Amino acid sequence: MKYLCLIYDNESGAAGMTREQGEALMGEYFAFTEAIKKSGHYVGGNALKPVSTATTVRLRQGKLSTTDGPFAETKEQLGGYYLIEAKDLNDAIQVAGKIPAAKTGSVEVRPIEVFG
Amino acid sequence: MLATLIRLLGDFDRAEEAMHDAFTAALDAWPREGVPQNPRAWLVSTGRFKAIDKLRRNARFDAALSEVAEQLEAAAAAASAVRGEGAPGEEAEGEGVDDDRLRLIFTCCHPALSADARIALTLREVCGLETEQIARAFLTSAPTLAQRIVRAKGKILDARIPYQVPALAELPDRLDAVLHVIYLVFNEGYSASGGDALTRPDLSGEAIRLGRLLVDLLPEPEAIGLLALMLLHDARRPARTSADGEIVLLDAQDRSLWDRGQIDAGLGLVERALSFRRPGPYTLQAVIAAVHAQASDSATTDWAQIAGVYDVLLRIDPSPVVELNRAVAIAMRDGPHAGLAIIDRILARRELTDYHLAHTARADLCRRLGRTADAVSAYERALALTTQAPQRRFIERRLAELRSSLS
Repeated sequence: MKYLCLIYDNESGAAGMTREQGEALMGEYFAFTEAIKKSGHYVGGNALKPVSTATTVRLRQGKLSTTDGPFAETKEQLGGYYLIEAKDLNDAIQVAGKIPAAKTGSVEVRPIEVFG
Repeated sequence: MLATLIRLLGDFDRAEEAMHDAFTAALDAWPREGVPQNPRAWLVSTGRFKAIDKLRRNARFDAALSEVAEQLEAAAAAASAVRGEGAPGEEAEGEGVDDDRLRLIFTCCHPALSADARIALTLREVCGLETEQIARAFLTSAPTLAQRIVRAKGKILDARIPYQVPALAELPDRLDAVLHVIYLVFNEGYSASGGDALTRPDLSGEAIRLGRLLVDLLPEPEAIGLLALMLLHDARRPARTSADGEIVLLDAQDRSLWDRGQIDAGLGLVERALSFRRPGPYTLQAVIAAVHAQASDSATTDWAQIAGVYDVLLRIDPSPVVELNRAVAIAMRDGPHAGLAIIDRILARRELTDYHLAHTARADLCRRLGRTADAVSAYERALALTTQAPQRRFIERRLAELRSSLS
């Protein structure tokens, strides 16, 4: 079963990092990605540009509206995701718990819907 | 039996239906053919095949179901091939049954489910209570509760929460979730959050039954500690209310009414939990309950030891409620002033300001210090925060006494 692990963390935290801290974090992500590729969990994943680059789109009564930024003001922003293949939710939770942001922010685990 | 069928059929609803069908079949077959040698195995096996039949019949309308039916059939065939023959009545016994019950408990208490849903699902699936009974116990409507259970079952299926006992690495976290569910059920039974009665013995009874089951299946120190705690608290139940349903506080209780057999069982479990060293929060609370259980009255209670255990508890599992309880113990050890200072500090942090017991504790200490006006306002605050009838009457009695002493 596929699960999407949505990574929420405080963007300004990453912005305030020193060069060394930033590189250390990148290293952690790199190692994590390698590890889940090796274990067969990895399907895909990406980091996202900051929330300030986001656009929200809605269609209401046939009228398209676009607004700046994400829907709600929160302390943690969606910063990236991994798509993983896991045996079940317990397996997915174990993988998600090793994503570096689990220590500072949070990771939402959502099963992927399969149609038909 | 339900626990085993859920494992075999992979679905709560399908398993419940299969169990019902198996009992119906037994009512028909057993009077004619006699009760089988192993009735449980007969029922499980019959339920399993009834479920597969039903799936196959419905598969005519839904292709996905035929796949499920085939999988289940293949699993059933493989199981009987291992045993060497296909007659019903040979389902694995003993250890397998215990494993299934543990699987059921851990799945119902999975931390990915909401706390409310865990409680409802555990009482429904593990304890076998009816939806109406659970709704009544938790003062909600049956449809609300049924909805909660449906949603939880939906999440188990959709997110694929596995039907298994967690691996050793996950166990501490997962066991905590199970213990917490049992503890919440017990607490609601021990001190109802609303309604006409102080206690709901049906709920505390279920919690104790669950605790015993867990200790039998998985004798972890904190499971033992929680069972000890529940037995020791529940032993006081006969003394906690008067004949007319009014609250009797610990220091005024007739301790000869305490259930000595249950206390002895609880004390034995405390010893057992402590033998593992490094006691957890439930074991520490059980130790405190044990100190009370061994004292003949409030005056001879070892309050210094109780306050000491609260110190440890506060260090390993800090919470404002533990702090409040510690304050009460310190008031008993060092006098009302010392306890009141701690309670005022907690309230000044704006914690527990909506917890009626914080205000009754404060009121009681003010009353003992002769600060009648402060006691009155604290009782008034507590009264506004509680909906449970005996609690309200108790506070109203205290208020009447204080007001008459003022005038």
